[in-house]
Amino acid sequence: MSAALRPTPARGIAAAPGLRDRRSNPLREGALIAGRDLLHQVREPWGIVFGLAFNIMLILLFAFLFGGAIEVPGGGDYIAYLLPGMFALAMLFGLESTMTAMSEDAKRGITDRFRSLPISSASVALGRAIADLGNSTLNLAVLMLGGLLIGWHPTTGPAEIALGVLLLLWLRFALLWVGIFLGLRFRGTGATTAVQVLVWPIGFLSTVFVSAETMPGWLGAIAAWNPVSATATAARELFGNPTGVTSGWLAEHAVLAASVWPLVIALVFVPLAAVAYRRLRK
Amino acid sequence: MSATVPPPPALEAIGLRKRYGREPALDGFDLTIAAGTVHGLLGPNGAGKTTAVRCLTTLTSFDDGTAAIAGVDVRRDPAGVRERIGLVGQFHAVDDALSARQNLMLFARLSGLSKRRAAERTGDLLEAFGLADAADRPTSGFSGGMRRRLDIAAGLVLTPAILFLDEPTTGLDPRGRATVWQAVREVAAAGTTVLLTTQILDEADQLADRVSVMDHGRVIAEGTPAELKSRLGGDRVEAVVADVSRLADAADAIARVTDAAASVDADTRTVTVEVADGAKALAPVVRALDAAGADVDDLALRRPTLDEVFLHLTAPAARTDEEVAR
Repeated sequence: MSAALRPTPARGIAAAPGLRDRRSNPLREGALIAGRDLLHQVREPWGIVFGLAFNIMLILLFAFLFGGAIEVPGGGDYIAYLLPGMFALAMLFGLESTMTAMSEDAKRGITDRFRSLPISSASVALGRAIADLGNSTLNLAVLMLGGLLIGWHPTTGPAEIALGVLLLLWLRFALLWVGIFLGLRFRGTGATTAVQVLVWPIGFLSTVFVSAETMPGWLGAIAAWNPVSATATAARELFGNPTGVTSGWLAEHAVLAASVWPLVIALVFVPLAAVAYRRLRK
Repeated sequence: MSATVPPPPALEAIGLRKRYGREPALDGFDLTIAAGTVHGLLGPNGAGKTTAVRCLTTLTSFDDGTAAIAGVDVRRDPAGVRERIGLVGQFHAVDDALSARQNLMLFARLSGLSKRRAAERTGDLLEAFGLADAADRPTSGFSGGMRRRLDIAAGLVLTPAILFLDEPTTGLDPRGRATVWQAVREVAAAGTTVLLTTQILDEADQLADRVSVMDHGRVIAEGTPAELKSRLGGDRVEAVVADVSRLADAADAIARVTDAAASVDADTRTVTVEVADGAKALAPVVRALDAAGADVDDLALRRPTLDEVFLHLTAPAARTDEEVAR
């Protein structure tokens, strides 16, 4: 064992060098930072509460205000169609809160403070990923319970339901890294606003609210290939809800698409986030 | 290790260079700090103080030069350097939503202390910095001085080889400044090496054993505060003459007795001379004015301000002196 792991009797402000008990470990450090991120959210919960309230408002708006006028190709109840799409959309919107939290910490000097500590360079991003995945799980649980109250319900077995939930969180996990990358790379309030605006066309240009088959051909193709649509369709299939997809590649391979799309996103954005973190040294 | 090998300095930087685009932020920055001392890095906004601190604490890469903390090379072993430093940046960087204790626990555990030792260390530091009573309140309700003290405590969890304090009193009211000064004195008294950046001459004077004056990314003068002040023209004696027609006579009298050039401002009826030791010069000035029959409305002794120190150091003549002195 290295001499650097010896404990020290230093009390108060001491001149003797203090020595660590443990070697650096990215998972332990990531968990500690995630704990801080979550504690921060518990103390200042308004961002999360409003985010959730906003999702619930959207659900109510589409389920009851627009829903009556929307027909699902292939048949089926609109609320049963809408809810899995809304779950996927909530995973997309989570990107904003990740980005905001990341750029706030960088702006306020908290990230620099972490960077001056003897911790692994992965732990800051890892902590954010663990914390945001944690509160997204909670967010998803609340939305699903709310869905049950307004008449949505899965009709399949526990294994399929669990896989559906996993695929939703898998999308959130991939998009997390987009948020971490954007938050590290673009720190101005302008950038946050731009992302808050841009998630809308990305969210709407999907099969979240209406089936791609009701759109003009070219627009439908874009919507069908949107990663959010892949996850929404897979979740519908796994929960036994109407998918709104009657033909085409996605009709047969929704689960595959919902597995591969997030993987591709993560493979691109995890390295980009790592580069952005290193670029903080510039 | 043999006893004949002297310990490495707490900090040694040689010829650091850092460019942002075309603008050089550090342009051949040299600094050596002996272990156990408090070193002031004094300079105006934009002199490169913060860039220097960021380079030395591994936060920012540099283009050229070498730097070591307690003998550990900043470029080759940044992780080793991070184990040996404490950094208190210019901005309050503890989490406002958390309590003082939660903040310190986080830093202590991230620094690799076990839960039990982190709790001990946190308790000791809260006590040492007078924060024990407020330990479990969210820091958002803290005064500026309390926040900075918590920041400093967070920089000390592993008892670093050197503590960096980047403008620790900027934005504080006089009471907050006094409590932070007291905290820095206690840190220094415990034997911790400190690098303190400041724009305020008086702060460097009060706290630092040695001071480096920085401009345009380089150190342009270094010494103890007393050495620097005497080199920088020492104190000023200012006399406001009651009758403007007596201004020239008063200036002559003061110049003769202090053996220095007196500058005259007719608008404010003020005569100013630079003297090496203000306290000694004051009595002869009073007698000379009395003898010349020049009544004064006001007579003051004051220290050079950073502006004056700085203008003096960057004036062409001063620069030549400085180079000759080397």
